[in-house]
Amino acid sequence: MKRRDSLRTLLVGTVAGATLGSTTSCNTDPTTTPPTPETPPATGLYGRLPKEIERDQRIMAEIFLNEHELATIAVLCDIILPATDEAGSATDAEVPEFIDFIVKDMPYHQLPMRGGLMWLDIESNRRFNKTFITCTDAEQIEIVEDIAYPDEENKKPDMAPGIKFFSLIRNLTVTGYYTTRMGFDDLGYVGNRPNVWDGVPEEILADHDVELDAEWAAKCIDQSTRETIAEWDEKGNLLT
Amino acid sequence: MQIIENAKVYDAIIVGSGAGGGMATKILSEAGMKVALVEAGPYFDPKDPVTMTQLKNPWDSPRRGASSTRAFGDFDMSWGDWSVDGEPYTQKDGSEFMWWRARMLGGRTNHWGRISLRFGPKDFKHRDVDGLGDNWPISYDDIKPYYDRLDKMVGVYGTNEGRENDPDGFFLPPPKPRLHELYYIKAARKLGVDVIPSRMSMLTKKLNNDRGVCFYCRQCGRSCNQYADFSSSSVFCIPAINGGQVDLHVNSMVKNVLTDEEGRATGVSYISKEDRKEYRLKGRVVVLGASACSTARILLNSKSSQHPNGLGNSSDNVGRYLHDSTGAGRSGFVPALMDQKTGYNQDGTGGMHVYSPWWLDNKKLDFPRGYHIEVGGGMGMPHYGFGWNISEYNKYLGLPTGGYGDKLRKDVKKFYGAFISMAGRGEAIARRENRCEIDPDVVDQWGIPVLRFNYQWSDYERHQARHMHQTFEEIIHAMGGTPLGDTPGKDQDYGLLRPGQIIHEVGTTRMGDDPKTSVTNKFCQLHDADNVFVVDAGPFTSQADKNCTWTIMALSMRTSEYIVEQFKQKNI
Repeated sequence: MKRRDSLRTLLVGTVAGATLGSTTSCNTDPTTTPPTPETPPATGLYGRLPKEIERDQRIMAEIFLNEHELATIAVLCDIILPATDEAGSATDAEVPEFIDFIVKDMPYHQLPMRGGLMWLDIESNRRFNKTFITCTDAEQIEIVEDIAYPDEENKKPDMAPGIKFFSLIRNLTVTGYYTTRMGFDDLGYVGNRPNVWDGVPEEILADHDVELDAEWAAKCIDQSTRETIAEWDEKGNLLT
Repeated sequence: MQIIENAKVYDAIIVGSGAGGGMATKILSEAGMKVALVEAGPYFDPKDPVTMTQLKNPWDSPRRGASSTRAFGDFDMSWGDWSVDGEPYTQKDGSEFMWWRARMLGGRTNHWGRISLRFGPKDFKHRDVDGLGDNWPISYDDIKPYYDRLDKMVGVYGTNEGRENDPDGFFLPPPKPRLHELYYIKAARKLGVDVIPSRMSMLTKKLNNDRGVCFYCRQCGRSCNQYADFSSSSVFCIPAINGGQVDLHVNSMVKNVLTDEEGRATGVSYISKEDRKEYRLKGRVVVLGASACSTARILLNSKSSQHPNGLGNSSDNVGRYLHDSTGAGRSGFVPALMDQKTGYNQDGTGGMHVYSPWWLDNKKLDFPRGYHIEVGGGMGMPHYGFGWNISEYNKYLGLPTGGYGDKLRKDVKKFYGAFISMAGRGEAIARRENRCEIDPDVVDQWGIPVLRFNYQWSDYERHQARHMHQTFEEIIHAMGGTPLGDTPGKDQDYGLLRPGQIIHEVGTTRMGDDPKTSVTNKFCQLHDADNVFVVDAGPFTSQADKNCTWTIMALSMRTSEYIVEQFKQKNI
């Protein structure tokens, strides 16, 4: 068989070329079945294999968290990472949508998440006779203050499940937030794009008690020569 | 089921398209031989936008790059990992061998770390140094010309340092160190641990007009669409296929080598993953580059009246002497790297820009072989797991942990990039008892008997891992930092990772001059069948404290040129 047919053969049936977005000569085949409108592309293009796309689509179609749980998560996420003057909030960064997906992708999060949310409502019912999301801001913060810090001396044993749950949702919120464009901008991460690395900038080095010694620096690439084809003498000395 | 015979008779059938098979495909096809390249996975080109993961952002993945479907994360460019659907492997006597298999054109080279270290003179004759294991039947001088040509053919950055057992070569210039690497250099040197620029097969400078130059995205594990890192797919296989001398057979799972009445190979039999039928290819030479363990499996499954114990196995050594690099790793929190200024692109090349080659004399130590240290850290791209338990690091500063809101946001930024990690990769002693063999009870979904592993570490490796952790802790302390986690004790093998976990498995068809104690000769040719060659890491008599890929390719080049010569002289 032709080599270029090989991947397509593994694409049999489940996924049509169009589902993958812009296809290339490698496996474009206009005769493949078009995607059915009921199952739109799961996640856009991120280099998935057919079985991975199928899995993404299946997970996206599933429902685990209910509307009340998602509403509670949204309130908690924004308490954990509220908006600042410079950056949006966790819900601005669609963290609840991320958590909704991730507990289906990683089912071991499901029980701690569902149970923790229920614990939170029981606790707010006990204190204020209402669910967490119907509490006032001050009431919500009163509970959060009791579960947002470790209790190493076990002064509040009744809060232990809440502390554990808050740690989980804080971790998922931070991870979900900083893996978005908004998070990159807040963090100051400017990579993942073509560029030319030429060492730590001087102004950064000025803050640190380390330096690049001249001998080492002299061995490193002179970036003005990067497009010149390498040639060596017979001893391995680079000539270009 | 009818076996489908291909009428064509190839000059050579090459099994596997990774580092060794890719090199063989290049050399044999360029010499004019008609080649069949047989790969168990599908076609792959790092340039293909449909499968490309390079430069994707974490939010392109709904799980933000987590490892739910790929063991090294969504963006890792390996199809197949510790497990392959329908292709199990088993263990004996509590063995915990881990086996990474990539099923795709280019194999594991599409995602490897590109750490490209020549073995040194001592590495080929280490028995002479400490009386352990066996010497190779070849020396550094035999393989040096091939390393030299490999450097220029494939490209590797590094520096000539004049070190006795870390030979010089033909290097492209390295990139400058990152900030955390400058800290590492200073701390390690204070302790007498050598540090030199890394040796990695990425093109920091143009090598030829066929490949691009590194644009510093730190994503070589995703395979480079500019072909600026070495993948066998982009650098060997695709150009060879375009050369017209190569028929590529993909999704083709080789079952066994076919032999004639004289015991010589006549071709291979494979199962097509597309129609689940058995096919046969005929060839004058069979070159096995399926990976050390997969090649052993094929040989052991190639039983005939001439080779009742499996092909090449008259000495009962196929699958034996299996050994992987040792590994241990540790992270540390470094307060001096807190509150870093961000806003500059620190990505650099994939992996580290500096490393520590083995710097000590084992005569003074309680383990016989060395290790090198790979350095990690910096302000990398956030993925799933970023910021996990981040506020807990306040405990190292005597500050309150936990919290939310502005405090949490400040903690995330404060600790971003404030960690260093080190990975030791060392040499294990090859032992006859450590092996893979055919499991008599289990077949995979293609009906092919699977491998069963039996691999146990010895105190040589455990003591080496203990030394690694001691070194890591000293370096972290010298940086003014705190090692994270406890020092692993005896009950945890001192932190020694599982065999196979470093993915440097070698030795299963080891080379030697004596057919009674080895499987291949010094040209990686089976003692028992002169037209069967092995070009993966199977023929390694011993591993070194180096990564194995550069030596796989140099050996494959040497073997392939020997094949061409013998073929032209009609000796095979």
